Amino acid sequence: MSDTHHHDVQSHVKTYIMVFAALAVGTLVTVLASNLHLGILLGIIVALLIATVKGSLVAAFFMHLTAERKVIYWVLILTATFVVVMIGLIMFSRGDQQGRQQGIFAVPQGHVPAHPAE
Amino acid sequence: MTEAQHHEEHHDELPFWRHYIFSTDHKIIGIQYGLTALVFLFFGFCLMLLMRWQLAYPGKPLPIAFLTKWLGESRMPGGVMAPEFYNQLGAMHGTIMVFLGVVPLAVGAFGNYLVPLQVGAQDMAFPKLNMSSYWVYFIGGVVMLSSFFVSGGSAQSGWTSYPPLSDITPLSHSLFTGQSLWLTGMVFLITSSLLGSVNTITTIVQLRAKGLTWMRLPFFVWAQLVTGFLLLLAFPPLEAAGVMQLMDRMAGTSFFLPTGLVVGGKALNVSGGGSALLWQHLFWFLAHPEVYVLILPAMGIVGEVIANNTRKPLWGYKSLVYSVIFLGFMSFVVWAHHMFLTGMGTAINAFFQTTTMIISIPSIIILTALILSLWGGSIRFNVPMLFALAFLPMFGIGGLTGLPLGLASADIHLHDTYYVIGHFHYVVAPGTLFALFAGIYYWFPKVSGKQLNEFLGKLHFWGSLIFMNGIFMPMFIVGMAGVSRRLYDGGSSYLHAQNVLVFNKVMSHSAWGLAVIQLIFIVNFFWSLFAGRKVTSDNPWESTTLEWATPTPPPHGNFLKVPEVYRGPYEYSVPGAEKDFSPQNEPDKKPGDPNNRGKN
Amino acid sequence: MSTAIEIPYNSTERPDTGLYNAKLGVWLFLASEVMLFGALFSTYVLLRTGADTWENGAQIGLSIPLATINTLVLIISSVTMVMSWASLKMKNLGKYKFYMGVTILCGVIFLIIKSFEYAHKFENGIWPSTSTFMAIYFTMTGLHGLHVIGGLIVNSYLWGPGSKMWQTDPERFTNRIEVAGLYWHFVDLVWIFLFPVLYLLPGK
Repeated sequence: MSDTHHHDVQSHVKTYIMVFAALAVGTLVTVLASNLHLGILLGIIVALLIATVKGSLVAAFFMHLTAERKVIYWVLILTATFVVVMIGLIMFSRGDQQGRQQGIFAVPQGHVPAHPAE
Repeated sequence: MTEAQHHEEHHDELPFWRHYIFSTDHKIIGIQYGLTALVFLFFGFCLMLLMRWQLAYPGKPLPIAFLTKWLGESRMPGGVMAPEFYNQLGAMHGTIMVFLGVVPLAVGAFGNYLVPLQVGAQDMAFPKLNMSSYWVYFIGGVVMLSSFFVSGGSAQSGWTSYPPLSDITPLSHSLFTGQSLWLTGMVFLITSSLLGSVNTITTIVQLRAKGLTWMRLPFFVWAQLVTGFLLLLAFPPLEAAGVMQLMDRMAGTSFFLPTGLVVGGKALNVSGGGSALLWQHLFWFLAHPEVYVLILPAMGIVGEVIANNTRKPLWGYKSLVYSVIFLGFMSFVVWAHHMFLTGMGTAINAFFQTTTMIISIPSIIILTALILSLWGGSIRFNVPMLFALAFLPMFGIGGLTGLPLGLASADIHLHDTYYVIGHFHYVVAPGTLFALFAGIYYWFPKVSGKQLNEFLGKLHFWGSLIFMNGIFMPMFIVGMAGVSRRLYDGGSSYLHAQNVLVFNKVMSHSAWGLAVIQLIFIVNFFWSLFAGRKVTSDNPWESTTLEWATPTPPPHGNFLKVPEVYRGPYEYSVPGAEKDFSPQNEPDKKPGDPNNRGKN
Repeated sequence: MSTAIEIPYNSTERPDTGLYNAKLGVWLFLASEVMLFGALFSTYVLLRTGADTWENGAQIGLSIPLATINTLVLIISSVTMVMSWASLKMKNLGKYKFYMGVTILCGVIFLIIKSFEYAHKFENGIWPSTSTFMAIYFTMTGLHGLHVIGGLIVNSYLWGPGSKMWQTDPERFTNRIEVAGLYWHFVDLVWIFLFPVLYLLPGK
């Protein structure tokens, strides 16, 4: 990175401006989409999808991840894995409760009760 | 003038407080961590010594008048320990030992001092950050200890701080309650660890000397690298959880408070809707990798001491490296084995049980490799080696007793009993602490230029070994009999505990015996520091790794000339070599020597 | 006796990793921050799925127009941040100061708008204790706000007294700006997810 020539940086500047435009558009789109009353599931998917695209643009171009080294990629892949593990397993454990009401852990339909009626 | 020249000119002229108090030299910082951690370890040990009176002689007044007087009537009414005070001692003993004692010693002291030396660097990658890490740790420790002096006393909901109890004990929005100060202290400690781990990882990746390839790193460095990643990625969820619990306590939120909670006969005036299990998930997401943070540096130290004192390379270096990496990764996916009894379903229990069984494999590989390293060695039974050798069966017992706990069905009987306490203390006390003692005896000459007294060291070793087993072995018996942990009376009011109550006395007397033995170590340590025999060589143990290729003690900048590495870390007894050890930084004498090719 | 300490790879990259030290350091730090905010997001998911009802942002009193402006403000500040680094690569200290100044200004504007939002809620008796939604809202935006403040302090130092390093070690200074930029972009990135999740997601 420290050997980047002057004109390379200039072309990067153009990229930055285009990414900015994309991010601004993405922001407006996500606000407009939220007004469309898409329903819960679709609404969440659309919002997170747009956010992911915007976030990827920031990461790829502003944070130079497209040109980054393997070491950094591996650190990020490891991190992403653990975030998925953390959120996923917590949600999995919430969904797999034994058969009783537990405040916010309501029994899902069709679950086998822990103590069948005697 | 460049920054380097500027630095050199001024280093010798630094005032005392810049040279020793706010030093950016990793060795001084390592010593600061070490001394502070040893003080905290001793303090945490004293808390337990006090608790063990109540456990051996429940309801009897403590026969040490000045202590009872100093603790006061609220803590020791009539000389008898109040239950709340017992709980405070229990919560703080665990917290102090883990977060203020062992981790700062294993990672902050040994890691800081040795990693730059063993990779051939002049210092850590970020010296000023290193200094800040120590002081943030220190502040965190002070905040933690100050919690004893606020009204209501210190945290008393276990080192695990489970809500709702920890949310409401005491029921106060004030920051100056024991639990809220505990949480604040934890935020400082976590921050210190995070910054430290960034430093350690960057140093190992970026500052390795020329020729020091990955597979030539000492096993100790590999252990510290994996430990760094554990601290880096596992601590933040606990920091988030700690902030949320602080919000619950001070801002009246309900992150961990379920709807309809009744406290003392009155419905709690909060929004509800929270989840007590959320805390457990976030806490154990850290706390399980944390126990590997406790053991990995210890395994690293044992590896170094064994290789040096068998005069042969470690057996299965590659297995050790891959196992420690795999262990680190797996440690992130086993956490809910601490939650088997929380009402999770069979599928999730089976998942965590499976991962827990799998994680025992790399542990066993590492232990086996260390044991096999003894085969055919010319074993020197000096004090570091005695501690390192004892580590092996002690960690073995600790690890094996973990297996029934990791099996959900057996855990139904054993969860939250003394069996658990026995299991983890075997791993940490005659496990990690023995390894840390081995490290202290091993590296003391390099750090101070003096030798620790060998006879006192052997007394310390044998006394500690005997008494530690006296404390922790009965716990398996007591636990299997069904005595729960954290019981203020040690189980004496329970019918099913009556047969095993005698062991409480055995354990307590062993603990007090262990305390006396540690005095031998303390005396040895300070006496040798000031009046001990001087070492006559920069490399008294005749070791191969780079930290010994320095003056004693190493100066600012560590190496007289930039080291270059020509071989692996444990080239002892190389056939055809002059000496029975070939230091990493010494090239071979003959240019055509086959050893010169520097294979990995 | 003492030797000169010069930690290598502060200005130039280490050949086999291709990184200078601070770049690895800041990415490691950002990885830990991902875990931090990840834990908070997982809290949001758990609390929301466990609740019988959950309002959307507008219903609970959040101002979407203000937050949209804040989102654009942070995005602009990200562009100016990377432009300030690019200016240093092109050896232009004056432009660097300009762009870094705008970055700092945007950060301040973000915080001002945020404080309006918070004050408005408090005036209307809406506190973190009001509901789990507000609890997670205040905690996540509060923690994010603290990160903005931290970034502003660092950026201000690098705009002011820290910029002296440009005279003595321009490569190392440029690297510092890159590293500060990575942190600042991350702060922007977190907001890019916080904004839709807290303000825009439909209720149930």
